[in-house]
Amino acid sequence: MSKVLMKGNEALGEAAIRAGCVHFFGYPITPQTEVPEYLAKRLPQVGGVFMQAESEVASINMIYGAAGVGVKCLTSSSSPGISLMAEGMSYIAACELPCVIINIMRAGPGLGGILPAQSDYHQATRGHGHGDYKLITLAPSSVQEAVDLMTLAFELAEKYRNPVMICGDGMIGQMMEPVEFPTEGRGEPMAENDWALTGAQGRERRVVNSLYLTPEENYEHNLKLKRKYDEVALHEQRSELYGDDYDLLLVAFGTMARICKSAIDEVAQEGLKVALFRPISLSPFPTVACREAMDRLPPDGKVLDIEMSMGQMIDDVRLVAEGTRKIEFLGRAGGIVPSPDEVADKIREVLAVPV
Amino acid sequence: MTYAITSPTEVLMAGFGGQGMLLAGKILAHAAMDDGVQVSWLPSYGPEMRGGTANVTVCLSAEPIGSPLITTPQSLVAMNRPSLDKFAPKVRAGGLIVYNATLIPEGPDRDDCRIHAIESRELAEQAGSVRNANFVMLGAWVRASGAIDPASVERAIAEEFQGPKQKFVAGNVAAFRAGMAVVENQGVEESR
Repeated sequence: MSKVLMKGNEALGEAAIRAGCVHFFGYPITPQTEVPEYLAKRLPQVGGVFMQAESEVASINMIYGAAGVGVKCLTSSSSPGISLMAEGMSYIAACELPCVIINIMRAGPGLGGILPAQSDYHQATRGHGHGDYKLITLAPSSVQEAVDLMTLAFELAEKYRNPVMICGDGMIGQMMEPVEFPTEGRGEPMAENDWALTGAQGRERRVVNSLYLTPEENYEHNLKLKRKYDEVALHEQRSELYGDDYDLLLVAFGTMARICKSAIDEVAQEGLKVALFRPISLSPFPTVACREAMDRLPPDGKVLDIEMSMGQMIDDVRLVAEGTRKIEFLGRAGGIVPSPDEVADKIREVLAVPV
Repeated sequence: MTYAITSPTEVLMAGFGGQGMLLAGKILAHAAMDDGVQVSWLPSYGPEMRGGTANVTVCLSAEPIGSPLITTPQSLVAMNRPSLDKFAPKVRAGGLIVYNATLIPEGPDRDDCRIHAIESRELAEQAGSVRNANFVMLGAWVRASGAIDPASVERAIAEEFQGPKQKFVAGNVAAFRAGMAVVENQGVEESR
């Protein structure tokens, strides 16, 4: 298959169709509006359903319904819109229904701004609705990876019967890069299963429900969910290590990680040995590989966490380090993206290189 | 002349919203992609697209592209005064600046860059349509930078304008060639 030049948002939409998803419910918001724009055009061509809901609250509840009847379904939004989906997401996770949610993050809090940010990390990894539940959250750092992770997202959603979030920033959504799709045409629908509400004629009725008024029963349900999340944490950690001999380890995800790579290449010319650990799955956080990457540092080697936020993923990095490493931080928020030069300067500062 | 991206090449293309810089950048990225080069196309996006400033950074590289965000680009195509004022000081020393002399009477204050002043509107008019000034500028940059085979760009133009838009191919190619020709006449340092 030949490569095509596509915006991240459009590529995500096409990748969903290739993954077999032909049901989209959403509401426009910058910087992800090209997802619904693209799917509004494409889905009717492949016999799918595109619906612009009246709000994000409606979108996520339409997803709840579509997932409940066992169709692959997708919604997409950006930060403030995702906040509106919190309640629905908790219900969907509680009912163990598969779906995929795209968050093309913009600057917050509140209405914030429309420029790129990563300040929804906590929201995307802790499960921002109520109750003990977790999302599976994947963070692409290129348009090609966005496509690849969309395929994976539908697989994981179906396998674990859990909502999966693709968490990108405004840059990934707006940027064009060459992409290659792994498959042609519309993908396979969801496999036959024993939980979807497909009409009970001739079989036992099925129930999709998240209300358990008996505490013991609800506790059992929570234990069941916990076992699933433990399983996910064991098998679905994904990450990349850039560099193999290093005195300083950067940790960054998404577009920020690419900027870090450029900075690492820049300081390498001065003889500075710096590597990058890039979580691809934000939830589960790749703790095992992150710890291994830290263990390869010299005894006094530091870790530098870099984010387009005031510091959120750094909490997970600290948990991995368990106090054994000094964790430095560089962050910008509000839609300001740290430049490679700014990252390089911070690297020199942390390594105490005379300027 | 052979065209090979031996070191990363970035161009920032900037102008008023509607002047076609994002499209010119897309054509360039498309052409480079078809040549097997790694590319990224990163637009500025904001609430002020029409009438405000719009710009795009295109990176071309033999290696996978790290940061698509470039604060000090190697070259600049500026369609209007605010873009030239804002970005010309950021071009790296030894870089290339191509600016729209139709709208910008005075060039940038840089003696460490190669500079080409292009009367884009007049050239576009002569080539068939005033609306193709962006392709004049693209042609000028392609010739001045020597970064990519012009034939690849012309193929990309044909691929981008299909169906009902096919009627625009000839005019855009003519404007592109006019931009190339004017830089040829101005003289290009074949240093790269």
